[in-house]
Amino acid sequence: MTIVDTGMDTAVQETRDGSARRRLTSGLGPKAAGRRVRDELARVVMWLAFLVALVPLVWILGSVLVKGGHMLFESTWFTHSQRNITSSDVGGGAIHAIQGTLIQGAATALMAVPIGVFTAIYLVEYGRGALARAVSFMVDILTGVPSIVAALFIYAVWVTTFGFQRVGFAVALSLVLLMVPVVVRSTEEMLKLVPNELREASYALGVPKWKTIARIVIPTAFSGIVTGVLLGLARIMGETAPLLILGPYTKNIATNLFSGNMATLPTMINQDRVEALQPALDRVWGAALTLILLILLLNVVGRIIARFGAVRT
Amino acid sequence: MAKRIDVKDLNVYYGAFKAVEDVTMTVEPRSVTAFIGPSGCGKSTFLRTLNRMHEVVPGGRVEGHVMLDDQDLYSPKVDPVAVRRTVGMVFQRPNPFPTMSIFDNVAAGLRLNGLRDKKRLAERVETSLRGAHLWNEVKDRLDKPGAGLSGGQQQRLCIARAIAVRPSVLLMDEPCSALDPISTQAIEDLIGTLKSDYTIVIVTHNMQQAARVSDRTAFFNLAATGRPGRLVEMDDTQKIFSNPTQRATEDYISGRFG
Repeated sequence: MTIVDTGMDTAVQETRDGSARRRLTSGLGPKAAGRRVRDELARVVMWLAFLVALVPLVWILGSVLVKGGHMLFESTWFTHSQRNITSSDVGGGAIHAIQGTLIQGAATALMAVPIGVFTAIYLVEYGRGALARAVSFMVDILTGVPSIVAALFIYAVWVTTFGFQRVGFAVALSLVLLMVPVVVRSTEEMLKLVPNELREASYALGVPKWKTIARIVIPTAFSGIVTGVLLGLARIMGETAPLLILGPYTKNIATNLFSGNMATLPTMINQDRVEALQPALDRVWGAALTLILLILLLNVVGRIIARFGAVRT
Repeated sequence: MAKRIDVKDLNVYYGAFKAVEDVTMTVEPRSVTAFIGPSGCGKSTFLRTLNRMHEVVPGGRVEGHVMLDDQDLYSPKVDPVAVRRTVGMVFQRPNPFPTMSIFDNVAAGLRLNGLRDKKRLAERVETSLRGAHLWNEVKDRLDKPGAGLSGGQQQRLCIARAIAVRPSVLLMDEPCSALDPISTQAIEDLIGTLKSDYTIVIVTHNMQQAARVSDRTAFFNLAATGRPGRLVEMDDTQKIFSNPTQRATEDYISGRFG
């Protein structure tokens, strides 16, 4: 029956034969002892793995909450910047950094989402042959690019080649490089999940291909695409290397992406950590907690949007 | 409204593989034509050449002519999208659009082809749902998702969606193979009434069904696996099932093979 008779196959075979024989003799008896032991063992191993995976998560969340939680209740945290506050001073807020992170994230998403979604549409709906394979391969390579390499690439282009300043927009450009592959891959998966029958049903009604994609395929995959975009956004909002290289910190509120320094939560954490004085350290934890909450909020909003546009069943 | 189809010397390919060979046939307007034959004989593939859906498959291409009244569907001047507006299709598995309500499903073809007028849309949706014998079952829940209906209702919804764009020809690719006998009965009754307005071509594995619903029957077969399918014979349904000309047809309908 089996072509290659490996030891494992034989073992399985024997077990099966053995249990079959047992069933013959004992009828509908209790679960076999060996199987019960293996079942219990597997259960214990899985629970242990789960708990081990949970330890760092709870630990991080716990320490950030304990050490940074009180900062969020400071009256000025969400209203004031760090303007004119030295590292030994208590007070001020993180609004400059929150704003910077949101502005740069939005600028990045504005560029990366169209590029990513349209690339995915090309790959799934149109791409055939060498070009599609090349694009897909490039996306794979881009996925593996470390953030510092993306940052240095943009530095080389933006600062060294063109001689521009290190500004928020340069940060956004390097974050685009990191976000595009995430959006492409997740959107691609979601588009592939749309059954071909729906496309054919639409074609059979005399609907052109582009309209089929825009009105049938994308709406069907919409919630998945939104989730993918938000995962990508969550990834790049916590990214640090490009910010350190391309986005110098400032204690002031800054909204211009094209000139001057712009603060972000990761650079604020980095700056205050270097100071090593207690008021600054408190702000480090506060900023960390703020960043975590920001990303959490993003996910919640995304889920609501996703549910709003979800497939109706 | 209903149109006649004349197929001349049609060869159908998947890339280099010839799937169907040398088909010549005439499909009469306002009648039901059934395609029968064993699995893999190319009857569904051939059906999909009648509204240029075959070329949607990568590598799919066709040689020969399909005339709809006087127009060659495969003339270079003809837009395949326009062909599909004239020749509608119902698929094997019911495939309502999952993001849309019952109303929107039926209105989809009209809306996507540019009809915006709400009153006219509502009229066409009602006419189509009545035409598909579904109106009474869904008239109170038109805003509910189409995917929430039963399989048979979903298939009738798909038929309503197909006839809403007012095609001349309706192609049905095994429309009942995923349905229970009662829904099948409903669809067969529906085919009987639709044929006064449309040219209907139906692919079916169920020979009783072919005998029940069709006026003309075409038997497809393939000489051997890997060889292209071809049209063995086509005649009045009664003749095919009582006194076929070809030996292969007789063997197939009497259940001696396939």
